[in-house]
Amino acid sequence: MFRGLKFLPEGTRIDFVGKRLISIAFSLTLLLGAGALLLTKGLNYGIDFAGGIQMEVRGQGVVDVAELRTRLNALGVGEIGLQGIGNSGREAMIRIPAFNDEVSQNAALKVIRETLGPTFENRRTEVVGPKVGEELILDGILAVSLAILAIAGYIWLRFELHFALGGMIALIHDVIATMGVFSLTGMEFSLTSVAAVLTIAGYSINDTVVVYDRVRENLRKYKKMPLAELLNLSLNETLSRTILTSGTTVLSVLAVAVFGGDVLRGFALALIWGVVIGTYSSIYIALPVLIYFNLRNTDVISDLDEADAKARP
Amino acid sequence: MLYFQKWKIAVVALVIAAGVVFATPNLISRDQQDALPGWWQPLSLGLDLQGGSHLLLELNTGELVKDKLEGVVDVVRGTLRTEKMRYTGLSIQHEAVVASILGGETERAAARKALRNAIPNADVDVDADGLLKVSYGEKARREMLEGALSTTLEIIRKRIDELGTREPSIQRQGSNRIVVQLPGVSDPKRAREVIGKTARMTFHLLDTETSVEEAMKGRLPPGSMLLEGMDAGPQGQKRLYVVRKKVEVTGEHLVDAQPSFDQGAPVVSFRFDALGGRIFGKVTQDNVGRSLAIVLDNKVVSAPNIRSAIMQGNGVITGGFSVQGANDLALVLRSGALPTSITFLEERSVGPSLGADSIRAGMVASLVGLALVVGFMVVAYGLFGLFADVALIVNMMLLIGGLSALGATLTLPGIAGIVLTIGMAVDANVLIFERMREEARNGRSTLSAIETGFSRAFSTILDANVTTLAAALLLYHFGSGPVRGFAVTLGLGILTSMFSAVMVTRLMVIIWARRVHPSALPL
Repeated sequence: MFRGLKFLPEGTRIDFVGKRLISIAFSLTLLLGAGALLLTKGLNYGIDFAGGIQMEVRGQGVVDVAELRTRLNALGVGEIGLQGIGNSGREAMIRIPAFNDEVSQNAALKVIRETLGPTFENRRTEVVGPKVGEELILDGILAVSLAILAIAGYIWLRFELHFALGGMIALIHDVIATMGVFSLTGMEFSLTSVAAVLTIAGYSINDTVVVYDRVRENLRKYKKMPLAELLNLSLNETLSRTILTSGTTVLSVLAVAVFGGDVLRGFALALIWGVVIGTYSSIYIALPVLIYFNLRNTDVISDLDEADAKARP
Repeated sequence: MLYFQKWKIAVVALVIAAGVVFATPNLISRDQQDALPGWWQPLSLGLDLQGGSHLLLELNTGELVKDKLEGVVDVVRGTLRTEKMRYTGLSIQHEAVVASILGGETERAAARKALRNAIPNADVDVDADGLLKVSYGEKARREMLEGALSTTLEIIRKRIDELGTREPSIQRQGSNRIVVQLPGVSDPKRAREVIGKTARMTFHLLDTETSVEEAMKGRLPPGSMLLEGMDAGPQGQKRLYVVRKKVEVTGEHLVDAQPSFDQGAPVVSFRFDALGGRIFGKVTQDNVGRSLAIVLDNKVVSAPNIRSAIMQGNGVITGGFSVQGANDLALVLRSGALPTSITFLEERSVGPSLGADSIRAGMVASLVGLALVVGFMVVAYGLFGLFADVALIVNMMLLIGGLSALGATLTLPGIAGIVLTIGMAVDANVLIFERMREEARNGRSTLSAIETGFSRAFSTILDANVTTLAAALLLYHFGSGPVRGFAVTLGLGILTSMFSAVMVTRLMVIIWARRVHPSALPL
């Protein structure tokens, strides 16, 4: 019979909550920085949101980028960006920023295709008109906002209002911080990025709920324990799990980042960041804010007792 | 005590068996797959993996009302003429047909009655000043749009079927959009051309009294219009034609159109229905020696000379076509004209080489991710880690089987969802094992620690997973195409991982505990 390694010593007593002023100050700085970046630099919207034409083509031999550029620019269909991609030298990426209307965009696409001719194989073409781009932005904002509300609603249902608020704060924290990273790195923000943000939200709340669950249990168990101490106890008790689960998740996402190809790399990198920020926020934000909500007032305890009484008659 | 009810064992066995059954088609060759019944098929691959095109198009619905009102103008003119009523200022203004009916109350009432009969579904009103107003209300417009959308769907389906695409999907989206998915068509250039042609064909006489030069200077008689030709002239500029506005025959009367050859050049031969043939015969009989312009979507295809009356109701369209050009023109004419022109809003197409690269990359990422997590769990939890790994592999099989049974489409982000599921699925087992450790530390006996570990961890697992499931559902609802694929794998992955982590691992641990009677937790 073989045992597992223990990554953490038993019975850690780290004072997470006591350092809440530092962590909250850190988070506020992070959020202000992210907000400032989003307002000034903004996001590098990919074709899904900004619209435009993006074509990845493969030539029969090594592509003469300069010659192709001359030919494409001669078409006069807008500012054409062209660069060689990949290692073989046979692949090139053509980008044209958004058009004012779909008709001119489709006309441009047509002449570009005619210029490329049959010697270039289409690897991938994405053409998004201005109308669709705007709708996708709205859908994305709606999806992320609704996700946060739905998750908070569920926590309210299963736990209690204070927890729902704490979870929501942690979620908003993670979403804004993640968007800030997108802005800072200039990484393309696309539909897949929205999926990444939603997945990060899901992961982060998963982490938070596990700790909240323990807090709820301990609130019943140790009715006299000061709240800060109780939160610390709950965090320490679940610390091993938090670290292990982050570990397995990062391992699997890392596999996608390294081997999953160009299309998924950005997505996977965003998720790795998400695991880090999600783990941080459940420990240092979601729990400490409970202190400020006056969680240990008589209401909460009696609510929990009632729920207890219902659950175990 | 540690006990697993018989019926629960039966359920676990049944679910796993079903998973194996539904996952199997993914492991066999294409030919064998084709022999299987429809409910027992492998995962279908998304366009981003197998290569193909996704096109989103929109009906230009503004034209619909405009065309309808133009028709109404003709009906009003005709009706008032037959009723022998006098009017002035017949025109279209602010999406309504207006005119002033001359005369007294009797005339106004008669006009109201006659026009209401002649123009159904419209709001027809003549006020006390004799002002006629014909417009379409919200309901009538909605019906018009609905009709146009279903006609467009049908015509596009016909055109795509004729292109010979394998398993195309043509679906409406919202009130005025259509999504066309063409697996295997990695360069949708031709598909766009064939789908995108409105193909409204009309025959007009050339206005030989007005020269193109005069028309360009703006001296165009009211009954004529200046149209571009379809093909460019010798200097690359478009040829221009002065054409009578009056429509002699419309393409609605076409019953067939086929590509053929005339003196070695590709042409399109067509045939009218009985009524169309009669009209066409009369037009050609009355105008021998003049030129008849064939106008397609407001461009002149050609304007051949009428050498003699054509009474058989058929003819050919010449126009310097290529073989494919003639083929495509015949195809769109056969399928009929779209009720409105359409605009392509979005195209996403992937070539087969990129798709194959993506599948390979996805496979490698999944296997590496799986190996890393499996190794990690054994290192972290020893024997129980191994149990969790078996549960993880069962989970993967259930996920693949479940996706296949649902007829879900696997996309590249979907593969990312599977890999993420691998990482997050073991979370339930981590929660359970950590709880066991804790319970043992708090002085419980080994068996009791195992039992409480499972039972206490369950509510946590449930809460944690339901919240993630909520995120997956919203992704599905708001996402499109590939992102939806991600949501489906993530969502189903949460369900299968709960089942395998809770039921399958528990079953293994119980069987082990009964055999070994452990004195300490192997954690």
